[in-house]
Amino acid sequence: MTHRANRILQVAGLARVEGEGSLHVRTKGDQVESVELAIYEPPRFFEAFLRGRDFREPPDITARVCGICPVAYQLSACRAIEDACGADVGHRLRALRRLLYCGEWISSHTLHIYLLHAPDFLGFPDGIAMAAAHRETVERGLALKKAGNLIMETIGGRAIHPVNVRVGGFYRVPEFPELRALADTLRHALDDALETVRWVSGFDFPDLDVPHDLLALRDTDGYPLDRGEPVVSTGLRFPSSEFGEHVAEHQVPHSTALHARLDGRMFLTGPLARYTLNSDRLSPLAVSVAADAGLETSCRNPFRSIVVRAVEVVYAVEEALRIIETYERPDRPFVEVSPRAAVGHGITEAPRGLLYHRYEIDAGGRILSADIVPPTAQNQPAIEHDVARLVGRHAALDDHALVSLCERAIRNYDPCISCSAHFLDLTREHR
Amino acid sequence: MLSIAVWKFTSCDGCQLTLLDCEDELLPLTEKVKFAHFTEMTSVSEPGPYDISLVEGSVTTAAEAERIQRIREQSAVLVVIGACATAGGIQALRNFADVDEFRSVVYARPDYIETLATSTAIAEHVKVDYELRGCPIDKGQLLELLTALAAGRAPDLPDTSVCTECKRRGLTCVMVAHGTPCLGPVTHAGCGALCPAVNRGCYGCFGPMKQPNVPALVPLLRRSGMGDDELHLVFSTFNTAAEWS
Ligand code: SF4
Ligand code: SF4
Repeated sequence: MTHRANRILQVAGLARVEGEGSLHVRTKGDQVESVELAIYEPPRFFEAFLRGRDFREPPDITARVCGICPVAYQLSACRAIEDACGADVGHRLRALRRLLYCGEWISSHTLHIYLLHAPDFLGFPDGIAMAAAHRETVERGLALKKAGNLIMETIGGRAIHPVNVRVGGFYRVPEFPELRALADTLRHALDDALETVRWVSGFDFPDLDVPHDLLALRDTDGYPLDRGEPVVSTGLRFPSSEFGEHVAEHQVPHSTALHARLDGRMFLTGPLARYTLNSDRLSPLAVSVAADAGLETSCRNPFRSIVVRAVEVVYAVEEALRIIETYERPDRPFVEVSPRAAVGHGITEAPRGLLYHRYEIDAGGRILSADIVPPTAQNQPAIEHDVARLVGRHAALDDHALVSLCERAIRNYDPCISCSAHFLDLTREHR
Repeated sequence: MLSIAVWKFTSCDGCQLTLLDCEDELLPLTEKVKFAHFTEMTSVSEPGPYDISLVEGSVTTAAEAERIQRIREQSAVLVVIGACATAGGIQALRNFADVDEFRSVVYARPDYIETLATSTAIAEHVKVDYELRGCPIDKGQLLELLTALAAGRAPDLPDTSVCTECKRRGLTCVMVAHGTPCLGPVTHAGCGALCPAVNRGCYGCFGPMKQPNVPALVPLLRRSGMGDDELHLVFSTFNTAAEWS
């Protein structure tokens, strides 16, 4: 324990998150003065260079915001443009989109659970070191992740930045034998997913109960992935088109990522929000494994987000199997979408939270303006707040221990720093 | 054991994720190579020098321009991975625009945001030993490169066009058979002709092949229905700053 009136603490980088950022904690005595999560990943200006592009380009272009959740970008973009153009892809193409999205959930969540997050609970610096002690476990994780990627390759043509997604649907839809082969892999994956829930539920979780408002989509049939209407834990619900009226981004000097507020308050989106607002929409199997894992119908402890993710993987594998079993091959791989002068909104549930896209296009299909609100930007104020509470509560810890606790706390949110604008340097300053 | 460092510049993380997507090969690979620095995967960071550095992303800030110099000094072999690192990536669209205006579109207080007016490939700053093309790179090519370097041989990386991969897979030419505009004839091989395999024209994510004959392709693209606007757009995506002609 350090008893200095003024101290500054620096850590070379928060690892196992996607992108680059730093954390600066300033304390005075036992009081936390400020916590700044600085995302200093250089901006790439997607919203600026989308202007003047063709209305069919956003799925390919915005996928490149984030290599870990490209499908989320592709599908939010498609939905926004189809909304502007008044197009509906129908239930068969929609089912394939949902299947593709299940693939991204399985692989992104499994990557986070096994390679990025579990090492924190078991005291390893990474998944490779963890594999030296728990080879079979890590192999199980990699097999599960591979199953998710196989869905993306089968439906999307590629696991990172799928090539087969277009406004109106797909370039090509799969044949039955391809889906049958996929189903064989997924049946094994379901066992791995169930084993994953059992494994993570045995971890030791620090206590923390976050007070934030929670925001997620709610869908009429099933757990929210590819569509739904935004709902808030306060009971508020609003159509996607009013997202901008409720969620406002503002800029803070210390970060290239914008900060969002929901009706003026900080809030959380992502697994905790989804689960808490939609646990009744899970499949019976997912509900029972969640209960066995010690989850109630709501979960507000970010350290337990790893359990929620594991439950969501079970759901996604089952859902993928269900879609395959009931697959009706669409007559055409896409519906024709004609441009018109309009504004469209599209929201889907990226693995790490709600992702909003808005495009304004002209009658010729040229994009006049674009707005993208990624999950990490929405979560950033809440993450800072939670880190501040932890630091306040654990001020007695020495610098090293406190820093690792902060890093762990941040990793709970699976922040995708690239998506918000992004390497984490931690600075703690005692004054 | 070879030490590998993975570095991120301005990018989406998709190319380094390709390494973690080598599900079957990842653990066996770690018996031959050690990841001395790989922030996306591990909290351990060992100081250089490194046998191999894999560099993802483009240079868009003054700090990045300095950082790449230090990485080069520490690396015996430097490999650039992906369209961002080999050509500036999609963020190089700023090179043809007014970056101050871009900044003001996205940020209310553009003065808080530090950025260069250009997004440049790593080779414009330091000597590069190998390059892997693609947005993202191809897993097979990445593994070939790493196993070759571990075995001390030269990697076998093709420099033909996507067309040759299409032929090898026995795919029907989307341009000839369906009149679908396709950049396959001028695009660097490596993906295995993913787009034609889904009945889509190649949109050039691996960038130009060696000596691409774009002038010969343009009339074919026009015949397939591309106008001036579309021609301009299709060449200004993920490899916008690459040498297409
Ligand atoms: S080349 Fe493409 S996939 Fe690779 S980092 Fe850049 S944007 Fe991402
Ligand atoms: S076919 Fe062309 S656009 Fe498609 S993945 Fe290959 S190089 Fe990229």
